[in-house]
Parts: sequence; C-alpha cells; structure tokens
Amino acid sequence: MKIIRILNISFKDAFKSVFRNFSLSMASVSCTAITLILVSLALLVTYNVNSITKDIEDVLTIVAFIDNKATDADVESLKNEIDVLSNVETNVYNSKDSIKEELSKDEDLKQILETLDENPVQSTFVINVKDVRKIDETAKKIKEIDKVVSVKYGESLVNKLVSTFDVIRNACIVAVGALILVTAFLIGNTIKITIFSRRNEIGIMRLVGTSNMVIKLPFLIEGAVLGVIGSIIPILLTIYGYSFLYDFVGGKLFTDLIVLVKPSVLIYKVSCVIIIVGVVVGMFGSLRAVRKYLKV
Amino acid sequence: MEFIELKNVFKVYENGVTALADANLTIEKGEFVFIIGQSGSGKSTLTKLLYREEKPNKGSVYVGGINVCKLKNGNVYKLRRKIGVVFQDFKLLPKLTVYENIAYPLESYGMNPKEIREKVLMATERVGLKEKLRSFPNQLSGGEQQRVCIARAIVNEPKLIICDEPTGDLDPKISQEIMEVISKINEELGSTIIMATHDKEIVNKMKKRVICIHNGVIVSDKKKGSYVENEDN
Repeated sequence: MKIIRILNISFKDAFKSVFRNFSLSMASVSCTAITLILVSLALLVTYNVNSITKDIEDVLTIVAFIDNKATDADVESLKNEIDVLSNVETNVYNSKDSIKEELSKDEDLKQILETLDENPVQSTFVINVKDVRKIDETAKKIKEIDKVVSVKYGESLVNKLVSTFDVIRNACIVAVGALILVTAFLIGNTIKITIFSRRNEIGIMRLVGTSNMVIKLPFLIEGAVLGVIGSIIPILLTIYGYSFLYDFVGGKLFTDLIVLVKPSVLIYKVSCVIIIVGVVVGMFGSLRAVRKYLKV
Repeated sequence: MEFIELKNVFKVYENGVTALADANLTIEKGEFVFIIGQSGSGKSTLTKLLYREEKPNKGSVYVGGINVCKLKNGNVYKLRRKIGVVFQDFKLLPKLTVYENIAYPLESYGMNPKEIREKVLMATERVGLKEKLRSFPNQLSGGEQQRVCIARAIVNEPKLIICDEPTGDLDPKISQEIMEVISKINEELGSTIIMATHDKEIVNKMKKRVICIHNGVIVSDKKKGSYVENEDN
C-alpha cells in the first residue's frame, strides 16, 4: 500500500510537471514522435524485408547439372559432398530418366524426345539454401565439385533485390539510432529544466526526510510519460497508415514476388514495440538528467 | 551515551573559513539548548552537522547513538525523519495550503491519509493554527508562517527539533509567541530542542542552557538560567 501511495504521488507530480513546462514538454514529445515514426517505418520495412527474403528463399533453388558419365557411386558421393555444405537446406537428386519422364508428360516435348536416339537431358541436384545472401558462395562451391558440369540459379536479380533491402534496413537502423540519442538528449533537457524549476521544493523534500527514490521517481515517470505521449501519433500512423498502404497496393509491391505482411498481425506488434521504445527512451533521457543534476 | 555528542569536530569550508574548531559538546534527551553567537560564528554550521546537511572535516557527531558522519548518503533521509527542522525563512511551498505543507513530509513517507490527517490536526492544534488549514502561505503573516513551519517540523513527533534562527525575521511580540509554542512542544513531546539564535531578549527570558560560539570555538556553556550579555560579542 505504501508503494502504491508513493507511486500515486509520483504520477501526480509527473503529470503536473509535464503541463507546468508545457512548451518544453511539447518539444520533447514532437522529437519523440518523429523518432518513433521512423522506428515504426524501420520496423515495418524490416518485417516486410524479412518476410520477402523468406519467400524468395523458399522459391529459390540451385540446380546442379551432373556429368552424363557419372556412375551411381559418383552420384552418391556427389550427394554427400553437397549435403555437408553449411548453407544447404535440402538437396534432391533427379536422374535424367526421371526428368525425361516428367518432360514427356507434355505431348509436344514427348514427340521431340522420341525422335532422339539418346536422352538429351542431364541428371540434376535441386538444392534449397538456408541463407539466400550466401547463394553465390554456395553455388560456386557446388560448381567446384567434380562431375558437376554447371549450376544455375537466379543470380543477379535476387542478389540485387536482397542487397537493396539490406541497405534500406541498415539505413533505417542508423537513422533510428541517431534519432533515439537526440530524443533522449531532448527529454533529458526537459527534465533538467524541471529539476531546476523545482530546486527549492527538492531542497525542502530532502530536509524533511524524503527518500532519494521518492524524490527521483516523479522525474523518471515524467520521462516515461513524455515517451508515451510521443508514441501516440506514431502508433496511429502505424495502425491506419500501414493498413491504408496495404489496401492501396493490394498487398503486393511492384511485382507478385514482393508480398507485404498482412496488417492484422504486424500493426499491433509494431505499436507495442513503439510504446516500449518511447517509455525506455524517455526514462533513459530522464535518468541521465536525474543522475547529472539531482544530487540527493 | 548522551543523546547528542560532538567529539573534536572541525569544519573548514572550501573557501578556507573555519566554521568550527575542535568542538566538543554533549546534550541530553529532552534538553532545551540555545546556541548563540554573532553572524558567521558557526552556530548554523553546528546545527547543520546534526541533520547531516554538512559533514565535518574531522571528529564525530552522534545523534541518538548514531555517528551521522558515517551515514551513507542514501540513508540520510532516515536520520532526517527523526529530526524536525525550523528555518528562519520558513521554507514553505507557496503552491500548497497550510494543511498540504504540513502533510507533505508524511505523504512522501508513504503514510496512509487517515494517519496523516490525525497527525496534521494534532500538530496544527499545538501551534494554534487550526483555523488556517486551507490558507496558502502568502495569505499568512510571518508569525503564522513560522507556526506552519513548526507544525511541519513536529508533525512526525521527532525526538530532536532544530531551530535555525526561528525568530530572526519576526517582531519581538510574535517572536515571544513562537518561543512559547516551541517551549510548550519541549514540555509536551519531550523533544530535545536546539535553537541557534542571536535574539538576546529571548535567550535571557527563557533561562535555558546557553552555548556560546565565537569564531567557531565554543567559548562558554552555561546551564539553566544563564544570561548572554557578556558572551555574545
């Protein structure tokens, strides 16, 4: 009960202080809101990039063509050599006969194949990779294996797409990191002004035996409150903005390959992260100011 | 052990001023003691050492058996909850009413509102301010503001009350009334009272123990009934 009463007083003081230094509070809130909008953007981009990359990974395979002279023992040994590569998720062998049989299901192809004396197709291994970013490296290693004639995969397009996504994501992370620091500094500054404006009151509190924790708590809560207020607009933008964008583009960006994550799950996850980041940044900024300027 | 004990206490401020030099002093529980001396003689420093607003450079200060010099900063508040302090400039919060000012320390301790109310009413009754509970400090006279400050100091019924020039800004008639209030508290609560002052009239009239400080040195310590004419110069 004692803790609840102290928290109650601290919350009242914190809210009073937000309105007492209204213009400064609004400056902090605005900066927090801008930062959190960018945090939200970065999160939405990251979630979508991860989802798109995963989709690409699921459909993307390396096809390794095997020398026609390879014996069954060679195929077995090849399979083992490919399986041990660290980036290989699955590895399926298709003999040239089975491929021919598959192709023969198409009547036109069947007629062409029947005119030939020998089976013109090559046996293959179809390989799924774990990390699509390392597909180049993996394909190169497979190609170097004896009896592998050539490898095919969607080299340039996929690589460009994935590396562009990575650049976007990293740029977002750097921008958000920098803005978080600026916001923490601004919130710290607001708290500093609050501490100075309440210096007399704090002095009296100290003299009448108020504990350090009770003196500091309202300032920490004030930082958190500024963070929460600053997260309101970013949350609304996330919920309504992303849903609008998703409906506007029909869930797909530019091509059918880039499918966006559905808003229903994503927007609430991102909103939770935004409010947590807001509170943490607010309290961090406040803690810095309290440590520096509130010697109790 | 005595309730308050100062052993070989030295206090030199950063600017080189020696506020106390080899001060030795004992005060018993329930005593009423005046600390007198000219401005800058070291009397305020002595009182500040007791509630750990200042720390000595050398020596030890015991209050209620605790060496307050060795208290960690984070634990000083525990000491201050047992001490009531009355200031010359009252140190009231202008935006709070009389009731809120007196209740303020107790609220910050997390005490329950019912208990706070009982204690505040008791304290205001002792200082004769029951009719002014809803007033703000700027609506009160100097004497009334000092009564609020006294009520705040005694609201938690401390064992030690330190008064730093409580009548410094008040006229003689009001000063006398304030002294009567403090004297009554000393008798009713049995609290030890240490009062720094240079109001000769009050000291002479009260006939209590008088400790005289001159340039940081305790030059005399006279028991009940002492006068100050020859000491405060």
